Amino acid sequence: MERKALTERSDDFAQRRQHLDALDDEQLTQRFWKLSEDVVKPLVDLARGHTSPSIERSVLLRMGFSGEEARGLVQAVEDRALLGKGAGHVVLVASRALDLPVRETGLALMEGRGWEAVEAHFDGGGGKGC
Amino acid sequence: MLREDGRLDIDTVLADLEDYRPRRRGWTWRTPLEETRVGPFTYRQIAEPQEEGIPLPAASRSFDGIDPQPECVITTEIASGRFEDDLRRMRMAAWHGADHLMVIRTAGQSHFDGLIEGTPEGVGGIPITRKQIRATRKALDFIEDEVGRPLNFHSYVSGVAGPEIGVLFAEEGVNGAHQDPQYNVLYRNVNMIRSFVDAAVAKKLMTWAQILQIDGAHNANATAREAWKVMPELLVQHAINTQYSEEVGMPKDLIGLSTVPPTAPPAPAITMDLPYAVALRELFADCQMRAQMNTRYIESDTREATVTHVLNLLISRLTSVDVQSTITPDEGRNVPWHHFNVAAVDTAKQALLGMDGILDMVELKKDGPLADKKREIIERAVLFLEEILEVGGYFEAVARGYFVDSGYYPERNGDGIARDPEGGIAADSVVPRDSDYLAPVCEHFGYNALKVDEGDRACQEIGGCTLCDPDKIVYIDELDPEDNVHARLQENASLRDSDRIKPEVEWLGDGWLTMHMMLPAAEEIAYYAALQIAERLGLMDAEVIHTGVMQPAEGTYVEIKGRVDFDIDTSQLVIPEKEELLSEDEIREAVKKEPMTVVAATVGEDEHSVGMREIIDIKHGGLEKFGIECVYLGTSVPVDKAIDAAIETNASGILISTIITHADVHRKNMQRLEQLAREKGIRERVTLIAGGTQVTDDLARSAGLDAGFGRGTTGHDVASALVRAREEGSAGE
Repeated sequence: MERKALTERSDDFAQRRQHLDALDDEQLTQRFWKLSEDVVKPLVDLARGHTSPSIERSVLLRMGFSGEEARGLVQAVEDRALLGKGAGHVVLVASRALDLPVRETGLALMEGRGWEAVEAHFDGGGGKGC
Repeated sequence: MLREDGRLDIDTVLADLEDYRPRRRGWTWRTPLEETRVGPFTYRQIAEPQEEGIPLPAASRSFDGIDPQPECVITTEIASGRFEDDLRRMRMAAWHGADHLMVIRTAGQSHFDGLIEGTPEGVGGIPITRKQIRATRKALDFIEDEVGRPLNFHSYVSGVAGPEIGVLFAEEGVNGAHQDPQYNVLYRNVNMIRSFVDAAVAKKLMTWAQILQIDGAHNANATAREAWKVMPELLVQHAINTQYSEEVGMPKDLIGLSTVPPTAPPAPAITMDLPYAVALRELFADCQMRAQMNTRYIESDTREATVTHVLNLLISRLTSVDVQSTITPDEGRNVPWHHFNVAAVDTAKQALLGMDGILDMVELKKDGPLADKKREIIERAVLFLEEILEVGGYFEAVARGYFVDSGYYPERNGDGIARDPEGGIAADSVVPRDSDYLAPVCEHFGYNALKVDEGDRACQEIGGCTLCDPDKIVYIDELDPEDNVHARLQENASLRDSDRIKPEVEWLGDGWLTMHMMLPAAEEIAYYAALQIAERLGLMDAEVIHTGVMQPAEGTYVEIKGRVDFDIDTSQLVIPEKEELLSEDEIREAVKKEPMTVVAATVGEDEHSVGMREIIDIKHGGLEKFGIECVYLGTSVPVDKAIDAAIETNASGILISTIITHADVHRKNMQRLEQLAREKGIRERVTLIAGGTQVTDDLARSAGLDAGFGRGTTGHDVASALVRAREEGSAGE
């Protein structure tokens, strides 16, 4: 992104605040929180519908993998453009296909085994982002 | 957990960590007491006492050793780079009254995309790893049993590995953590989309683990050119993190605001800081106030820093505080040293106790400049929020450099921190969750296609996640065979497993010591002269750490640090054996059997009388309490008058108090007393004792007296010495 020149402006508080003059302290507080909510809502919605490598590693940690293992697995999931399915989801699908417990499945995936079943399962079945 | 000498045994701490489980989860507050008497005083703002601890210095001599604890949690921040030494410092701080031990992370960890393992050495903090957390939590379990109060362990859930660190902290029972996506964006240049998306997951995990969250707003204060001008922005930053946390499901009792009084003297600090503090507490009434001390205006002068921090504590007491953080007074020079952590904790305890109940006597005005300024700050913050929405939201506002601008909003100076929403560390790493996105684990925030039947856990499908079944956690000991705690412990083993000691400020055996001096020279000359003094004293790596001009030509105060490379074998020290005191009953019995009279006087041109009165007065538990008759001659008494009085009253002892030390006058008084007693022929039957702040037993004996008493002496000490000397007939020996 091109770096925009940052705003310089003298203190126009006296003019800018006119519309707040009629609010009592309580109304001002309410306005403060309503505006905060409006600023934050889109950010929370963004989080609700998205994921990241760290989030997926946090899922794998909770599934009983070490940090190192989670890193390798998530990288493999990203390489196959499957992060939007969830790394835990990928392990779960492979676990069913390989008929192995979760942890053994993850280790197998790190050795390159089980990916055919994973790719077959998700092939075209992912759908769009929610 | 302890070695024979009572020091923490790091080997025991490190043993069997793979099996360690935290004994509890979540944050613990102190238990406040209703109006309570401690010693002779009534307190209104204190909590349950500690079982072990070190009272304030004045307490042991003048207040019966009472050690009341303020009602708020007290924080100390530790950042030495070696956790094994941090543990020892945590113990020191806990004994002085800290119950929130905050560990700063090593430089660069916030850009590390994943978890770090093992115990590598850090820079300006430690790498936060599972092993290090377990070792610390295990040591804290022991220390909290020792001091008799729960201790909260705290670090940071930020950077590009926030969700993973969130899991780690939840699993390992960390009690408090900084979490604020704005911090990553503004100060660590982490991509803003990544930072906010990750933060939601981290916050959800923290909520499950009942970790007290502290936000990052105080950094704007520490960064801005004129810190007091960011007050409107601080309210906005607090609101964004608070609102975001609430939307994710975090209850307000876990949401802490990191607030700092923005300015410091010579500014009229209270009139600027107080309206801001009041605004904050009104707007965020149900959140927790973590009151930080000012770092922005700390220089190398520890005295100046301490005064600013006491003013910060006044703000805490005039408004409210849930967690009182402390900044070490040496923060303007170096990463904090052991004894400065303790000093900062003592400053907080001392000032908070000193201002206990202040709001029962004074109140903040509801109108006038306080109310007007408070209203103005809030209005400016509201205008800031309005403009964020007008320009298209938070990301666009950051891109336009609205934050950390040095102007007092709506004034803008065009020097804010601007970040590109598409740029920064880990840009373009966030992807949409597909409609079949699934995560089979508990406490996962956001869209999840997982079908969970009512009453089932989300991790049912995988037979339990690590939050439900900690045995599934994979523990890694070390990854680096050289850079780890075991290698470091080998290096200083000779100091851990022997009677040898070296001075230290951060790490066992680091060898650093400081010297203070006043040199009669201009600043620059004094600077180099001090270095030469250090060199001639044999100090290595000497540095000047502070200079203060007394007068441009007359003198400069200089503090230097330097290292020594020798150690002291404590088994070879000659330490004079402490004579055991006769019991109070034994003394009373002896005086009853054979009455005793002593003459007491402050000698020379000396008007100090308090110390002597405490030694003799019955109401201070002095000599009179034991039945000893005291003939008090007053102050500025010539030494020969004391001798004459002793002869007249047939006294068996003379006590002189000699406080002034100018031109060695205290030593001369002692010598003169002994000399006159000999001339008058009474030396063998009169016990001669001197007391005073600069008097030691060695000094008095070298002047020919029978005993000397310095600071901290009680009537019991002196009575015991008098009776024993009479019984042994040892006067003049």
